[in-house]
Amino acid sequence: MSDTRGLASWLTTTDHKRIGLLYFWTALGFFLIGGIEALVIRAQLAQPDGHIVSAETYNQLFTMHGTTMIFLALMPLGASFFNYIMPLQIGARDVAFPRLNAFSYWVFLFGGLLLNASWFAGPLFHAGMLNVAPNGGWFGYANLTERQYSPGPNIDFWVLGLQVLGISSLAAGFNFIVTILNMRAPGMKMMRLPVFTWMTLVTQFLIVTAFPVITVGLAFLTFDRFFGTHFYVREAGATPILWQHLFWLFGHPEVYILILPAMGVVSDVLPTFSRKPLFGYTVVVYSGVLIGLMSWGVWSHHMFAVGLGPIADSVFAGTTMLIAIPTGVKIFNWIGTLWGGDIRGTTALLFAVGFIAMFIIGGLSGVSHASPPADLQQTDTYYVVAHIHYVFFGGTIFGLFAGIYYWWPKMTGRLLSESLGKWHFWLQFVGMNLAFFPMHFIGLLGMPRRVYTYSPDLGVGTLNLVSTIGAFLIALSILLFLVNLLRSRTHGQPAPNDPWGGATLEWSVSSPPPVYNFSVIPTVTSRLPRWTTEHHGPMRDPPAMPPAPIHVPGGSWWPLVAALGLPVMALALLTHTLWVAFVGLALLIVGIYCWAFEPFEV
Amino acid sequence: MGRPKGRSDLRVLVVARRLRLWLATTALAVSGCGGPFPQSTLQPRSDFARATDVLFTDIFWWATGVFLVVETLLVVALIRFRHREGRAAPKPTHGHTLLEIAWTLAPAAILVFVAVPTVRTIFTTSGDAPADALKVDVIGHQWWWEFRYRELGLVTANELHVPLGRAVQLSITSADVIHSFWAPPLGGKRDAIPGHVNRIAFRATDVGDYAGQCAEFCGASHANMRLRVVVESDSGFGRWATVQLAGPAAPAPGTLAERGKAVYSRSACIGCHTIQGVSPGVIGPNLTHVGSRTTIASGLFPNDSAHLAGWIADAPALKPGSLMMRMKPPLTDSDIAALVAYLESLK
Repeated sequence: MSDTRGLASWLTTTDHKRIGLLYFWTALGFFLIGGIEALVIRAQLAQPDGHIVSAETYNQLFTMHGTTMIFLALMPLGASFFNYIMPLQIGARDVAFPRLNAFSYWVFLFGGLLLNASWFAGPLFHAGMLNVAPNGGWFGYANLTERQYSPGPNIDFWVLGLQVLGISSLAAGFNFIVTILNMRAPGMKMMRLPVFTWMTLVTQFLIVTAFPVITVGLAFLTFDRFFGTHFYVREAGATPILWQHLFWLFGHPEVYILILPAMGVVSDVLPTFSRKPLFGYTVVVYSGVLIGLMSWGVWSHHMFAVGLGPIADSVFAGTTMLIAIPTGVKIFNWIGTLWGGDIRGTTALLFAVGFIAMFIIGGLSGVSHASPPADLQQTDTYYVVAHIHYVFFGGTIFGLFAGIYYWWPKMTGRLLSESLGKWHFWLQFVGMNLAFFPMHFIGLLGMPRRVYTYSPDLGVGTLNLVSTIGAFLIALSILLFLVNLLRSRTHGQPAPNDPWGGATLEWSVSSPPPVYNFSVIPTVTSRLPRWTTEHHGPMRDPPAMPPAPIHVPGGSWWPLVAALGLPVMALALLTHTLWVAFVGLALLIVGIYCWAFEPFEV
Repeated sequence: MGRPKGRSDLRVLVVARRLRLWLATTALAVSGCGGPFPQSTLQPRSDFARATDVLFTDIFWWATGVFLVVETLLVVALIRFRHREGRAAPKPTHGHTLLEIAWTLAPAAILVFVAVPTVRTIFTTSGDAPADALKVDVIGHQWWWEFRYRELGLVTANELHVPLGRAVQLSITSADVIHSFWAPPLGGKRDAIPGHVNRIAFRATDVGDYAGQCAEFCGASHANMRLRVVVESDSGFGRWATVQLAGPAAPAPGTLAERGKAVYSRSACIGCHTIQGVSPGVIGPNLTHVGSRTTIASGLFPNDSAHLAGWIADAPALKPGSLMMRMKPPLTDSDIAALVAYLESLK
């Protein structure tokens, strides 16, 4: 590595740790944007007949809130840990393809910027600001999203943005799979992998199998919108239901893409702070694998109101209910881990326990709409909004926050304030329950989701007001979290190698780790290498100074150049300008060519 | 519909109903509105809605039981095993095979109790109706509902009238994008999909005026695509149908309404709306008896002169994205007043 400071060193970096930090800060930025969108939504719904924003603006807000949180905040926050932590956990010096890793990040950044540029791109299309952001929902149902019913560039931004983001996820997915399978330190057998790394692996398999499905679905929609094909056009004999099958065939594995990494974090955090190995490691790992496999057979439970017939409904009800079993098994094993432990109530542990406590609510409401007749009353109402937020907020976000409080010292070398952290946790815990619990009642009392306004006659005004208050409490808790992050840079206690007494390899090196991670690649002899168990003592941590010089891959501009080609090509479609497409294609080809022939040593 | 119940089953149900009544009342008190919940799924008013409600109640209690067990275990673990100075290092247990088997089988067993009634209810609510059922075609449009009574040859919009106690079968489809027909007190929703017909069947059990609305996001005014279902006695339904089947009222000569009819006939109105014997448009709602409806704009506003006038003058201002555009050149105020008088006369 030629430089370690300055902007250029970040633009060209191929170090998995720096890329992990880039993912973290970028995802955090998008998380705040998605959060602000949520606050405007909640402000609008605080009372019946609200008129803070127009119908058109509201439809863009809920579309972008969902799209942003799923693709630009939660997935990449997970990716930040896949990048930073996973190679450390397996005893590797980097991921298998460091430049591909940089490419994944830049493509993600450009895809996110492309989507969000739509807020301000109105004037380019002879419309005002805040007029051309995607407005068809994060699920983008055809045929509403066909050109006939959505003529503006709004859906174009959505289709192209997601297509670009898919490339990022796919590249990263293959990279992490190869890394985990091939770059493990000696003795790090598969059944010795930390559960977070296991769940990373399962998640990557889901990504590389699920994203091609949405890629196809989006390509069809793109062709329909730009080239007049008829993949989803009823008048040409096609059916818009095809889109729903493709979307949910991707969309349900996507749910597990979002939740499995958080389950992995929880499975690492609980043992550390209970001072006890994970209860039923093998069962927890296989449950995770099983959940991943089963996630492929449940997609039509998003479509019970479509009318697929009683046989299909029964089958998908059955497969969906089955998924509750491995999920329940995981929860019992986590409680088994806590049971008999010596539990340290750190902020990270609070968030991990909060995950269990909240995720179970989302899981149980999930069983109620796994039952098609019950679901016919619940689907597309606020009951489902409550459900997904108990899963994604109570689940994924609590799990990821556990990960942040757990690994922040490792990633930055500074401890976060525990007292601020606890304020953050309790405010967020109370806030989320105020925000999302009333939504169960709001839905059961008949309020559909995705409505910019509702009649006072529904009788759900007060419940909605409570929900809005909860949302602003969450915002306050996130502010405290940001203060904690920024404060740690100047006031945070310097972190030792292992502030928590962790069992896994990432705690055996300095915080933050040196660029080469391990001065000597450790040899692993157990599932809990740094702990004393009945069979062995703790491993010896690698020496602070390497005994011999270590080669690490140099920086490269080419992943960034190649990545830049993709949004430029998207711009060509958006503006219907052919020559721009060639500029984008040239950037991509030149980037990949120079990347391929870049000298090995820089 | 529904399923036979044993005695103990019934007792559980009674307790369940009481608790749910309490929940509903609490929600009522919390919401501070005091009125009923016209769109509630918890007060079923048809056999279809009751079947889904019974099922949901079952699942609700199983879920509550599991919730209490898991959260109790969690809280007990956190309190009992919290860190205390001087506590010996915990025993490094790695698992327990019997426990694993037990907590795999326990959820599986509970799921059987959920799955069996689920499948039974799926088949009893699959949309089949007896041959003598009242058949109504429901057609979703951006952003209103068209109702066609096949046997009666009757077409109306946004307000569905059905007789008490008689089987009703709705055949649901769409003229443009995907919508979802949902009148919660009468049962679950079904999507209205272009090129595809979905059926639901129900038998209303209580006379009343129920609210519903589109449940699938369908564009700018999705939130404003509301509907009403009026359940009335057989004779009441018969009277309503007789009125609807009659031709439109002819305005008396020299009245404002008569001038309104003239305005209607020379304006763009005729391109989209049907008034039997006057205009054949099919893009917008049938107006032959618009004066007999209680709301306009798909359940959005009361059907009174002020709202009608505002609606005719500038529909998109009242309902974002409305396909009923402002007339060019705009109608004069006196033309609008005449039109309102005419439409109100179409009882």
